[in-house]
Amino acid sequence: MRRAPDRRRLFGLLFVLPAALYVAIFQLGPVLYGLVLSFSRYSPLSREGAVFVGLDNYAALLDDPEFVQALLVTGRYVLQVLPFTVGIALGLALLAGKAFRGVGFFRTALYIPHIVSLTAVSMIWLWIYSEQGLVNDVLALLGLPEQRWLVSEDAALNAASAMRVWKALGSNMVLLLAGLHTVPRELYEAAKVDGAGRWARFRHVTLPGIRPILTYVVAMDVIYLAQGFPEIFVLTQGGPYGSTTTVNYLIYTEAFQYNEMGSASAMAFVLFAFIAGFTVLVIRGRKS
Amino acid sequence: MRRALVLAAVTAVVLLPFWWMISLALTPEGDPIGFVPDRPTLDNFGTAVQAADLDRAFANSSIVTIIAVAANCVVPVLAGYAFAHLPFRGSKVIFYGLISTAAIPVSVTLIPLFLMAKHFPLTGGNDLLGQGGSGLLDSLGGLLLPYLVGTMNIFLSRQYFSGLDRGFAEAARMDGAGELRIFLSIYLPLARPLLALVAVFSFTGVWDDFLWPLVVSTSERSTTVQLAITVFASTGNVKYGALMAATILVSLPVMAVFLANQRGFIAGLSEGGIKG
Repeated sequence: MRRAPDRRRLFGLLFVLPAALYVAIFQLGPVLYGLVLSFSRYSPLSREGAVFVGLDNYAALLDDPEFVQALLVTGRYVLQVLPFTVGIALGLALLAGKAFRGVGFFRTALYIPHIVSLTAVSMIWLWIYSEQGLVNDVLALLGLPEQRWLVSEDAALNAASAMRVWKALGSNMVLLLAGLHTVPRELYEAAKVDGAGRWARFRHVTLPGIRPILTYVVAMDVIYLAQGFPEIFVLTQGGPYGSTTTVNYLIYTEAFQYNEMGSASAMAFVLFAFIAGFTVLVIRGRKS
Repeated sequence: MRRALVLAAVTAVVLLPFWWMISLALTPEGDPIGFVPDRPTLDNFGTAVQAADLDRAFANSSIVTIIAVAANCVVPVLAGYAFAHLPFRGSKVIFYGLISTAAIPVSVTLIPLFLMAKHFPLTGGNDLLGQGGSGLLDSLGGLLLPYLVGTMNIFLSRQYFSGLDRGFAEAARMDGAGELRIFLSIYLPLARPLLALVAVFSFTGVWDDFLWPLVVSTSERSTTVQLAITVFASTGNVKYGALMAATILVSLPVMAVFLANQRGFIAGLSEGGIKG
């Protein structure tokens, strides 16, 4: 009688096999390959192939002002987009949480920036920030001086950040809405009976209730933002003076314009370590 | 009522850039730009298709996206089903191993994948060891390489099938049905919301991707829609009307797929997908 379950296990394995093999070859394989590259000097243009250099690439990164600047730019980018995009999305989720006529329309409409590619929305914002663009029009209307947003060192990263806040609002809101639905209604009723005001109910019922999804939203936003690339490519090409060169943008130029694939791989693993560390912090923070 | 007003105001602000995009695309080249174009025209769209090489980009992106969506509706879904209903020794370890790859940044695998594509055996003039030619670079096969199995889709599928009753399968097994038939004729028909979610995710993910095409496509032969608009944008003096027209054309397919599925999609996101 053991034959039937055996068959089932065999089929389980067979069903998993194609996906597992593919991921092993095209996801895990590249990670190991990349790790090896990060310990090598390798240019696809040179004839000598990959040369093992130990930790040289990593050591060189510490002294590389460009890389350090890129890390700082990426960190600032993540940290200045995150509170706005999560905070506003939470506010919107609270507003859209109660069912009323037409609420579905708002949810869908707010989600649209998330659906359209970063490349495409960057095209729109390229115009918005251009000299004759929307932002300067509004400023002129208010009698304020116009600015060249994408070519000024002070403004360029903020300009890109504002776009990313706008882009992530809707998707964050939808996820947080899902979180709000998981908070048991009885808890609100009980808090009301205990005389808790609106703020107290938000603080002690809503917030703990949506903690898991909030953690998820923050972690995903960190992971996405830390890898910012298409918007930088379109809006600023990393300039002016590297003020918008994110680590990902630097990796791209290092690997595919300067053909330094070893040191670019090392950069990628340092970025990976930062993202992983930050994500762990976010998850830890949730528990305490 | 106040809620609706605040939401309406925020929604209007969020949609404003799209309004300007449309308005600009309809404004004739050289006309003053306004909230509503004075003399609306579709000329910019024609200019965009010609100048940005959009027809080839559309053909390439469509082929790649359709194959990727089809693959993702089969391979990861089948695996997710097995993880939920046909566990075997070590299946949990494999599951978490597969899922954890979703956390790997793209830039970590980008360079190795590029080199793997370049040295793919027996393609693009390469020999059996992957030397001598350009491999899958600048080809649709190269574009497709990282898209065929999304690990998130394995996760979503396992979550979805875990929620379905195992009793159906037991009953069918009593009647002597094979495992593949049980999956195909009982569980797959129940998984339409899952397939919609997987399809929308895969479609937007592949259609919208930029970094991979940027490195693997080296000529207009294998260009994609996202690449085409950036190339168009960088050709000297930017004509915003035509650029916006191109952007609209490139974004229409994902908008259509999303709007067609949005009910199931947003509901699916809020019910199944994510557990903290």
